[in-house]
Amino acid sequence: MSATSSITPNYNFDIVKKFAVMAVVWGLIGMSAGVLIAAQLVWPELNFDTPWITYSRIRPLHTNAVIFAFGGCALFATSYWVVQRTCKTALFSNRLANFTFWGWQAIIVLAVLSLPLGLTSSKEYAELEWPIDILIAIVWIAYAIVFFGTIVKRTVSHIYVANWFYGAFIITIAVLHIGNSMAIPVSLTKSYSIYSGAVDAMMQWWYGHNAVGFFLTAGFLGMMYYFVPKQAERPVYSYRLSVVHFWALCALYIWAGPHHLHYTALPDWTQSLGMVMSVVLFVPSWGGMINGIMTLSGAWHKLRTDPILRFMIVSLSFYGMSTFEGPMMAIKSVNALSHYTDWTVGHVHSGALGWVAMISIGSLYHLIPKAFGRERMYSIKLINIHFWLATLGVVLYIVALWISGVMQGMMWRQINADGTLTYSFVEVVAATYPFHFIRWVGGVCVVAGMVIMLYNVIKTIRSDKTADEGLSSANLSQANA
Amino acid sequence: MDYGTYRGIYTIIMLLVFAGIIWWAYSKHSKKKFDDAAHSILDDDDIKDKKTSEKAKQAQQDLEDKT
Repeated sequence: MSATSSITPNYNFDIVKKFAVMAVVWGLIGMSAGVLIAAQLVWPELNFDTPWITYSRIRPLHTNAVIFAFGGCALFATSYWVVQRTCKTALFSNRLANFTFWGWQAIIVLAVLSLPLGLTSSKEYAELEWPIDILIAIVWIAYAIVFFGTIVKRTVSHIYVANWFYGAFIITIAVLHIGNSMAIPVSLTKSYSIYSGAVDAMMQWWYGHNAVGFFLTAGFLGMMYYFVPKQAERPVYSYRLSVVHFWALCALYIWAGPHHLHYTALPDWTQSLGMVMSVVLFVPSWGGMINGIMTLSGAWHKLRTDPILRFMIVSLSFYGMSTFEGPMMAIKSVNALSHYTDWTVGHVHSGALGWVAMISIGSLYHLIPKAFGRERMYSIKLINIHFWLATLGVVLYIVALWISGVMQGMMWRQINADGTLTYSFVEVVAATYPFHFIRWVGGVCVVAGMVIMLYNVIKTIRSDKTADEGLSSANLSQANA
Repeated sequence: MDYGTYRGIYTIIMLLVFAGIIWWAYSKHSKKKFDDAAHSILDDDDIKDKKTSEKAKQAQQDLEDKT
């Protein structure tokens, strides 16, 4: 009746649906690229002597695809969903929101084309060349306008905490991307950074670590603060803690970048500052993790029956684990052992596959049936299988690389009585083979889980609409009109 | 002002701001507002809304049929 329409504005679910489906598709593609290069480390012949699929070109494609295509689409989908529902108002502009969708997909396609061709600015996680960088900046500013425009026209007075995290993520990524990508083009496909030497390195890791802090953390914490309480059907453990969590996280993350540059040409005091700030960062990270997990206090039994909630809570466990490991690895003496080894790669994947991917997957399983007007996903059993495949895959992956990484670090620093190195580099490479094989198996498990997810999503979308449908599709047609 | 002094003062200011945020978050004054905010996301379920409204519709229909 009229009561329903007055409490439900003309939400734009169409944009959420598009981004959510593409998140699953790009997740599968990006993770498959990762499995290919993991296989190349075990069987180098797999590049078939073609330059386009060598490790060096597919690796940046893999990182860009999983972070910006999979993670990015998941963030777009969930932020558009959360901001509308918590502000109880439709998006600020459907046309601009559509532009962010098609613009973002165009950027991803350009990345898929340009990176295998070897076109790169060679900045890690910012490899795309300048014309694509400009397109990213334009799409991102459009995103900011849609998001903050929606917050401005909200019909409730309070701005729910998830939006704060999404907002910090959007603003900071704009600043980081534009700051770090400043370059002088010499042709359509080649440019040189305006920074040089140690300043270039510092800019790069100011960008790089805050991409971790704001893209891969703040944005996904926004997801956590909405979807964990929704799936658990309980309010967040402590809203007050979430406020302190937000400000502490934002104030500290921005300083942590120098820990990527220990024992380099970066001034020593900067390295030490980065180390101290990284160690302090442990506190807000765990504050947030505890806040998320404790949301389930008194309702732990739900974990027995709900694989979606399991995805979310296990993602928070991995978040806690990797935000303990990270500050540890930022300590200079630990870094002396861990830097440039597989340990770093394992740490990143504990965060990326354990935390970022699992919280996204959990949120998407919650969101997709609702956005498409279905009561639930096509198969809860398949979600459960996906959960176990993902967990097994991540555990195999990080355990293999812990062992391999510490072994590499120990072998590299082993010195004979006469001061010469005990092991040649290639001997260390040979020693890592079995662990790289286990890591590849872990990756295959994760990708298998994504295949199951894609199947489940397709079946959900194609399934007969339930009797509960109607409301959201009515909204959709209004939003499209 | 000496750069070191400036940084010292800046650090104290940041510390005070942070203490202020904690005081604000945990003050009695904010408690109700934050509790309401925490609960606010839980009562916006479409499907639930739809079911309740359908039930209400059905009830009214029944009533009209009877009269």
